[in-house]
Amino acid sequence: MSVASVQHVQHHAPPQGFIRKHIFSVDHKVIGKQYYALALVAVLIGMVLSWLMRIHLVWPNAPIPGLQLLSKSGAPGGIMTPEYYLSLLTMHGTLMVFFVLTNAPFAAFGNYFLPIQIGAEDMAFPRFNMMSFWTTFVAFCILIAAFFVPDGPPLAGWTSYAPLSAVGPDAGPGEGLGQTLWGLSIFVFCIGSLLGSLNFIATTLDLRTKGMTLARMPLCTWAWFITSCISLLAFAVLLPACLLLILDRVAGTSFFIPAGLVISDRLQPHSGGSPLLWQHLFWFFGHPEVYIAILPSMGIVSHILINSMRRPLLSYRVVIYCMMAIGFLSYMVWGHHMFVSGMNPFSSLMFSFPTLVITIPATILTLIWLGSLYGSRLRITTASLFALAFISMFVSGGVSGFFLAQPSIDIYLHATYFVVGHFHMVMGVASLFGVLAGTYFWYPKMTGHMMNESLGRIHFWFTFVGTYCIFMPFHYLGLAGNVRRYSAFVDDYLVPLIPVHRFITIAALVTGAAQLIFLYNLIHSRFRGPAAPPNPWECTSLEWTMPSPPPFDNFGGKHPVVYHDPYQYGVKSSTGDFLMQDSPEEARG
Amino acid sequence: MYTKRWFAVLSTMVVSPGLLFGAATISGKVTYTGTPAKAKAIDMSKEPSCAKQHTTPITTEGVVTGPNNTLGNVVVYVSAGASDDSSSPAQAVTFTQKGCQYIPHVIALRTGQELKVVNEDQTSHNIHPMAKVNREWNKSQPPGTPPLSEKFDKEEFIPVKCNVHPWMHGYFAVLKTSHYAISGEDGSFKLPDLPAGKYTITAWQEDYGTQTQDVTISGNETKTVDFTFKAKPY
Amino acid sequence: MGKVFAVIVVVIALASAVPIITHHWFGTAIELSPPPDISTHGHAIDEQLSETMVEAGLSFLAAQLVLAFFVWKFSNRAADAEIKTFPGGAKWLVIAALALVGTEMLALGVLGQRAWATVYFTPAKPDALQVQAQAGQFAFYFRYPGADGKFGDLHPDKIDEGNSNFFGLDPANDVESRDDIVSGELAVPANREIHLLMHAKDVGHSFYVRELRIQQDFVPGLDLSVHFTATKVGKYEIVCTQLCGLGHYNMKAYLNVLSQEDFDSWLKQKASEQ
Repeated sequence: MSVASVQHVQHHAPPQGFIRKHIFSVDHKVIGKQYYALALVAVLIGMVLSWLMRIHLVWPNAPIPGLQLLSKSGAPGGIMTPEYYLSLLTMHGTLMVFFVLTNAPFAAFGNYFLPIQIGAEDMAFPRFNMMSFWTTFVAFCILIAAFFVPDGPPLAGWTSYAPLSAVGPDAGPGEGLGQTLWGLSIFVFCIGSLLGSLNFIATTLDLRTKGMTLARMPLCTWAWFITSCISLLAFAVLLPACLLLILDRVAGTSFFIPAGLVISDRLQPHSGGSPLLWQHLFWFFGHPEVYIAILPSMGIVSHILINSMRRPLLSYRVVIYCMMAIGFLSYMVWGHHMFVSGMNPFSSLMFSFPTLVITIPATILTLIWLGSLYGSRLRITTASLFALAFISMFVSGGVSGFFLAQPSIDIYLHATYFVVGHFHMVMGVASLFGVLAGTYFWYPKMTGHMMNESLGRIHFWFTFVGTYCIFMPFHYLGLAGNVRRYSAFVDDYLVPLIPVHRFITIAALVTGAAQLIFLYNLIHSRFRGPAAPPNPWECTSLEWTMPSPPPFDNFGGKHPVVYHDPYQYGVKSSTGDFLMQDSPEEARG
Repeated sequence: MYTKRWFAVLSTMVVSPGLLFGAATISGKVTYTGTPAKAKAIDMSKEPSCAKQHTTPITTEGVVTGPNNTLGNVVVYVSAGASDDSSSPAQAVTFTQKGCQYIPHVIALRTGQELKVVNEDQTSHNIHPMAKVNREWNKSQPPGTPPLSEKFDKEEFIPVKCNVHPWMHGYFAVLKTSHYAISGEDGSFKLPDLPAGKYTITAWQEDYGTQTQDVTISGNETKTVDFTFKAKPY
Repeated sequence: MGKVFAVIVVVIALASAVPIITHHWFGTAIELSPPPDISTHGHAIDEQLSETMVEAGLSFLAAQLVLAFFVWKFSNRAADAEIKTFPGGAKWLVIAALALVGTEMLALGVLGQRAWATVYFTPAKPDALQVQAQAGQFAFYFRYPGADGKFGDLHPDKIDEGNSNFFGLDPANDVESRDDIVSGELAVPANREIHLLMHAKDVGHSFYVRELRIQQDFVPGLDLSVHFTATKVGKYEIVCTQLCGLGHYNMKAYLNVLSQEDFDSWLKQKASEQ
């Protein structure tokens, strides 16, 4: 199949002009960089929002200079109102989950490297690909617009539970136009994601070059492929859910709103809807979504670790089966977000079992990563440090899942900082470490320049220690019963916990400041970094066979031929201890 | 000739304010018949910083009564017959949030007159005037933030609630006329400085509705107009 | 730098364990563990929590220490150092994962369901004291059925908060509601089962009392309930844990566990205030 389809790929002529080259480009590499840039802007905004939140939590009555410029009603005199805190929280979560964690590891690196790693000239549908980015960009603009509407950004959380999110402005400040824009933004985002996922799947199945069997694809390509399969089904459910939410808000429907609600002294003109329906629809998407966030990073980290260790993982196939198992099981566990939601308690048990079972492939992966380190020739670079840190973070974030998977324990820990610590570590930090590892690893290929390794190390240490200082204490706070999504800690039992929050806030501000080192490195190296050789890490996959940066048509019109699996390391060859996938040479020893 | 003109000018200057601000007074008492609902104690235990400010809990203020069946917090005003006062007073009317209570419970103010909302509590309040004719809005006031300044352009009796503390309720009586009064606990009210003429006086009580009476006054007489509302036990 | 990484991982792993083991924030009196359990069902949850903590804690420490050890030993080796394979390769790791983790998860799941069942699969006893809780932006109100033992109907259109009619009762027409007792705090007699009927007035809320080991969402449109028995006299906080709008952080009430005697006088006092 692969050889015949490869001949049908759309050959496109080199792009002419600035707009075609850099803005409305059908080149998957440009699109990948655009997704990365969008994710970078989103993560910076999201990070600043988190600083504002953390500052307000420990100094709630202190004015934050300049905040009133962003919102006069949200922060009169710079003092954040409770509703504005929740709005910032909502935007933080929405930006981070959708525009950073779905975009960066998956859309950005996947777009850039999947076609190259399978030896293709571009994605199967380059124009759809361009549309998928610009659709995502429009979704981003709609979301940011919510900051500037009179009633303020939405405040129902990134999870947007109904009826708070569905009844409209009666529910209070933050539930006016901003919430409708949120629904619209995510609706549009789903479209962009669906287009992207279709492209990934079609490209992986149809456009592999000669010799590139599925069993010879690098692990990151496998991760992007599996992720795109999950993504297709997940976003296909969120899309209509958002539509229904918008209809409830503007068209008087009652999908999620029952009768008899009195809000703002007004009996709401709705009946027949179910708030639980929103939760089911949302989490049916929401749980696979968190695996969409982590799987690509697992693939990237595996790929980088193998290269750094100079030896393949203990079993390539087992890793792929584990990723597939995680993807499959991810569809069976969504109810673990709803143990105390009022759904049938028998269902809670039914969801608990697959949630516990998902620990098994996750453990196997961790054991394989650890076991592969044994006897390896591990090279330490900033990229490999972040890859190793990924393992540490994945373990930390993963074991807190043991607790939350059990409904009886979840009775106590649900909606506390324990949950917030869990998902930040396993999704926020671990996944982000995969992105950072990928950045330090692939930057030379993408830009033709090396990043500054010393600055990279400094960035690494601040980030690694800093994120532990921020998020490990969340678990302790959760065990003390510290409730989440509170804009201030006024309850009797919460006031004594504020010193712990102060520690976290300081850690967050310091770690955040350290990211400026990364930003500086990213930008400075692009212009002043030393020129990058084609294969600085002595890596085997196809992207390292081409110049840095690659030409617009990747392989210069020729189709590479692949002779080896992607992890020929620890062998003797003319290139050293590794063999490139397209090298006709045979491995010796 | 000059003297005649001067006299005409001076007298117009003297008399025209007299058209607005005359010398007659309407006063009276507001009472009720029947049994009013019992004022209930307000439980503020969810807000300890406010609860401790009240050694005995405050009671609901939907119906404020005095001895001899008098009704307080009744807004009595001239609803017809007075010439439209055009300028709103420069001074603001203050509405205070203290001890998780609105003080006073009912305020009357002119259309276009500044309303100042002050938060004297250690907790955040979110004042929500539930206007139907005027623009509806709500604003959060964290402790330590400056007073809010708002105004209403149209005449309306606006129920006010705090979005954070469900027991906090009050009323803004936004009136076109400058001739209004709020009865004290003893039920008494006074509408002074009325020019001679025929007026409709309206009394508004938040739970019992409105009543109107027509009255004609002349010169500088003081006329008594009493209102009696039928109390509801529930 | 591999060795530095290894050391830092060990330090982080051990430091992370300190607050878990000491139950306090480093060197302070700040308690970082669940408060003492005052319920009849909570001990099963606490046991489950402890077991899971041991398993999670051991897994956490083992993985971090192995990571640190391997990075220490195998980083920056000579370019010609021999590449060795972990004994048994992937096969034994897969088997170990399946066996150990599999049984662990099964055990936690199967044993854990008993604690869950006590709370959710057993109905309230027929002689439990019925109290209705209403959650609305941003306060909890509680209603006791009064002398007739019956709750009056709820009429959302009759809600008049300024006059303390939080539930929307219609005593003018509905006789059963005339003796209903509405309170801003949940007073209960100790050692008596309480059947809490949960009604949401406007949006989603949740009922959480740490000491009772109880958490349950209020869902608009659904008649939900929880039941519990409190064993220790005292005042405990009920806090809302479902994001419900700007006042979410300030939405709480007190659970006041009283002796039967004190509860009876409290109820009488409240009835006279209606």
